[in-house]
Amino acid sequence: MPTVSVKRELLFRALGRSYTDEEFDELCFEFGLELDEITSEKDIISKEKGEEKAKGASDVVLYKIDVPANRYDLLCLEGLVRGLQVFKERINLPKFEKIIPAEGEGQRLIVTEQTAQIRPHAVAAVLRNITFTKDRYDSFIDLQEKLHQNICRKRALVAIGTHDLDTITGPFTFTAKAPSEIKFKPLNQSKEYTASQIMDLYRTDSHLRHYLHLIENKPRYPVIYDSNGVVLSMPPIINGDHTKISLKTRNVFIECTGTDITKAKIVLDIMVTMFSEYCEKPFTVEAVEVVHPNGKTHIYPVSTALGDLCVLRERASLTQTLETPSSLAKLLTRMCLKSHVTGNGNHLEIEIPPTRADIIHACDIVEDAAIAYGYNNIQMVIPKTYTIANQLPLNKLTELLRLDLAAAGFTEALTFALCSQEDIADKLGTDISATNAVIIANPKTAEFQVARTTLLPGLLKTIAANRKMPLPLKLFEISDIVVKDPNADVGAKNYRHLCAIYYNKSPGFEIIHGLLDRVMQVLDVPPNEENGYTIKAAEGTAFFPGRCAEVFVKGQSVGKLGVVHPDVITKFELTMPCSVLEINIEPFV
Amino acid sequence: MAGGNQGTLRLLERLDQPGASGGLCSIQAAAELGVDHQTLVGAVKSLQALGEVIEAEARTATRWELSPEGEEVLRDGSPEVRLFRSLPEEGLPQGEAMKLPGGSLGFSKAMANKWVRLDKGAPGGPRVLRAVPSVQDTVQEHLGQVRTGGAQAVPERDRSELKRRKLLLEMTLKSYWIRKGSAFSTAVARPETELTPEMIATGSWRQLPFKPYNFSSLGLPPACGHLHPLLKVRSELRQIFLEMGFTEMRTDNFVESSFWNFDALFQPQQHPARDQHDTFFLLDPAEAPQLPPGYYNKVKKVHSQGGYGSQGYRYEWKVEEARKNLLRTHTTSASARALFQLARQKFTPVKYFSIDRVFRNESLDATHLAEFHQVEGVVADRGLTLGHLMGTLRQFFTKLGLILIPSGLKKWVEVGNSGVFRPELLLPMGLPENVTVIAWGLSLERPTMIKYGIKNIRELMGHRVNLQMVYDSPMCRLDV
Repeated sequence: MPTVSVKRELLFRALGRSYTDEEFDELCFEFGLELDEITSEKDIISKEKGEEKAKGASDVVLYKIDVPANRYDLLCLEGLVRGLQVFKERINLPKFEKIIPAEGEGQRLIVTEQTAQIRPHAVAAVLRNITFTKDRYDSFIDLQEKLHQNICRKRALVAIGTHDLDTITGPFTFTAKAPSEIKFKPLNQSKEYTASQIMDLYRTDSHLRHYLHLIENKPRYPVIYDSNGVVLSMPPIINGDHTKISLKTRNVFIECTGTDITKAKIVLDIMVTMFSEYCEKPFTVEAVEVVHPNGKTHIYPVSTALGDLCVLRERASLTQTLETPSSLAKLLTRMCLKSHVTGNGNHLEIEIPPTRADIIHACDIVEDAAIAYGYNNIQMVIPKTYTIANQLPLNKLTELLRLDLAAAGFTEALTFALCSQEDIADKLGTDISATNAVIIANPKTAEFQVARTTLLPGLLKTIAANRKMPLPLKLFEISDIVVKDPNADVGAKNYRHLCAIYYNKSPGFEIIHGLLDRVMQVLDVPPNEENGYTIKAAEGTAFFPGRCAEVFVKGQSVGKLGVVHPDVITKFELTMPCSVLEINIEPFV
Repeated sequence: MAGGNQGTLRLLERLDQPGASGGLCSIQAAAELGVDHQTLVGAVKSLQALGEVIEAEARTATRWELSPEGEEVLRDGSPEVRLFRSLPEEGLPQGEAMKLPGGSLGFSKAMANKWVRLDKGAPGGPRVLRAVPSVQDTVQEHLGQVRTGGAQAVPERDRSELKRRKLLLEMTLKSYWIRKGSAFSTAVARPETELTPEMIATGSWRQLPFKPYNFSSLGLPPACGHLHPLLKVRSELRQIFLEMGFTEMRTDNFVESSFWNFDALFQPQQHPARDQHDTFFLLDPAEAPQLPPGYYNKVKKVHSQGGYGSQGYRYEWKVEEARKNLLRTHTTSASARALFQLARQKFTPVKYFSIDRVFRNESLDATHLAEFHQVEGVVADRGLTLGHLMGTLRQFFTKLGLILIPSGLKKWVEVGNSGVFRPELLLPMGLPENVTVIAWGLSLERPTMIKYGIKNIRELMGHRVNLQMVYDSPMCRLDV
């Protein structure tokens, strides 16, 4: 969930009234948001870097507001205020207008076929006669960053470039060139660099270095030129310094390039709908014609065309209390979804504004209706759904066995299913290739390299962490292990194991053996070879030679018991002898 | 013990006799009562423990005893007397005299007493002759006196001499001088500590006093096994679901394909949750060998083109992305599998639940672990609404002891998540159009920590858990 920071004073000024913190918290909740934190720049720096560094930082109060991940229209002060004002019915949702310039007068963006291999999509629009202030400018920059981090997936899907249109001359060309052929002065730099040099320049940049990998190893880098060869930007890395926006900028050229055309359109829509508010003619946007390599042209932005019709179906009406179309229409209008009843009175015509790309199904509209209605006002009903409950047989057996093991004097451990490769292999005297273990590709630490193939390491580690406890230690765990299995749909399978350990001054094999007998007794498995269980001398790398036996049930091996090998004991940083039992309980279900 | 009590009683009776008003020596009393002195001392101590019943003053007494050698002297006479008496009138040559009873020791003592003399000039070598007509064996007499308890009558100097000669031994004996105390009573006897089979058999318990128990001390902890507190909460939650008529879903695959974990749930392939930062992907097996045929094409279509009333996400859906294996990040993947199975039959309404492990590639801290348990409830029926979801949640959380009141709605949002499954999730599976599925999920750890006041999740799960905490944890009663 993205968090939006807004200055409280600016927010209240824009809302035309002030709130107490509690009132504002309540308002956020009603609107489906969450006031996460009330803080200040000073507070933030002081928390992260210490009070010393925070000296001189601003102590203007900031509201940090959690916004649902797909509500891109609420990621800046402008959108947030607009949403809340419409919700409280203080203003009507502005009507966005797309101005299409006369033939030959509008801006054009020509996309060349070289972009196909690296960043095939581009959309653009122009904001005319805009007035920036410091706060508006900051918000404009901040929204781009928020969009880059969220919907743009760290610029991988879409990158936004904004330019002072008065510094450049169209038509513009979006193409891709070899890094050595691209040369320009990047934003806020003092001299020109080639694209290759730019990559080197930003390799250590704390912010930009994260985007280099998106194009770095490609033969051609994307680049946008104006008709005089001025570089607007090298997406998704950096803009040119030439087209830099300042507080004096009046006309803004916005381009979004990317690998996902749907998201590029959404991002462009959000940028223009949020900031067209500051145009001389508010909420107007000048269209740009994009010419594709195949000669086809598109006019962007597209979604500003209004009047999408949506009929609510029966399945979408999720709340019984929202059933009258006229009450629904009223609620939806408060959520920026201007609605009115049509036809025979059972249909709604809903305008989905370009700000609400998150609405892709009628159920999204119903969700908004429910928010506007207020979750607290929804009448709680217990479903009449009649069902008979069943337990999963394996879990039912596990529950029963746990009780009997505790009754036998053993204490339940709860250890991690993930562990190091060493835990299941080296430390148990076996090789990882012999374990058939599932291996994790991206562990953050050695503790999460593999899924366990045995419960034993977890119990040994539990004892190692509890060496100060009085002896004997008697522990058990009934839980899942994981092994590769090419026949399973995901290529791996869980097995429910039972493991018990006895740790004392003497190994106590007879105690673990007695526990096995008890487990078999409660499972109603008699001690005999044909239709019961037997144990037979066996070997295992984790066991002391001659002190290991395999457990057979109806001739099928289910596990082993024995005295733990002294090397294993030492490797798990233990000092006392111990014996263990580990069996698969699935055959007993 | 009964025997001890008998001794105590007899001592008290002896003290009560006339003539004992000045007190008794414990040694003497033991002799009189015919018990071992140590036993009597035991009786004294147990009486002292009862308060002012008796007064006992510790004394150190010295007693003289004959050594085995002393016993021999008492019987046969001292070596010097025996030598003197065996010496004939005319004397004997020194060599022969030494062989007489008493021997050289008797000779040197007799010489020292001037009872005999040595005539060095006698013909045939030195000769031993009597020097006095007769002698008295005072050594034997003194030993006899000591033997009959009259050691005090033997002069101090002689006693020391006899001790030096190792004929007498000086024994020190700790004893008590016993008098009646201010609370003296012969009725006082040390109370019994425990009922014994003998007392039951003989009925003696009817007469015997019993020592009161100390009820303020703790009892002996029983030797027992223990269940893990988090899993006790798991059992309780299973019970709650079962009481509410929910059937348990299969969750026995920690390894899951991206398809079931994300795609089937209509999570777009570029969603941040599918980042390496949040999810454990697998190196081996890196890909799921099988995706459900037919169904996966429908999932692909709803993502890339839409359908079922949805515009979809309109991006290029990649099967390679869906095949990527991971450790499931939620049990909703298991719910998706269960709903998919449900859709293959003629629809009947269901209520499902599961509680099992899920995995997140997160940095560990006081509230985050790389693995934890997810609790999930799902209801599928025709015509369910948000009101039904909230009604079910209220019922569930009330049983959990976390009361849901309208204005406290925010609180449960923080404990877990809930919602209505999207049609883009249900319809490709083949569920009927009018079926709604409501679901909610929460971690098992979170309510456990709230309920038991545990601040650090690492104290609750994993091998570093303190076993004492497991031993000491109370039973799980969420509704009280």
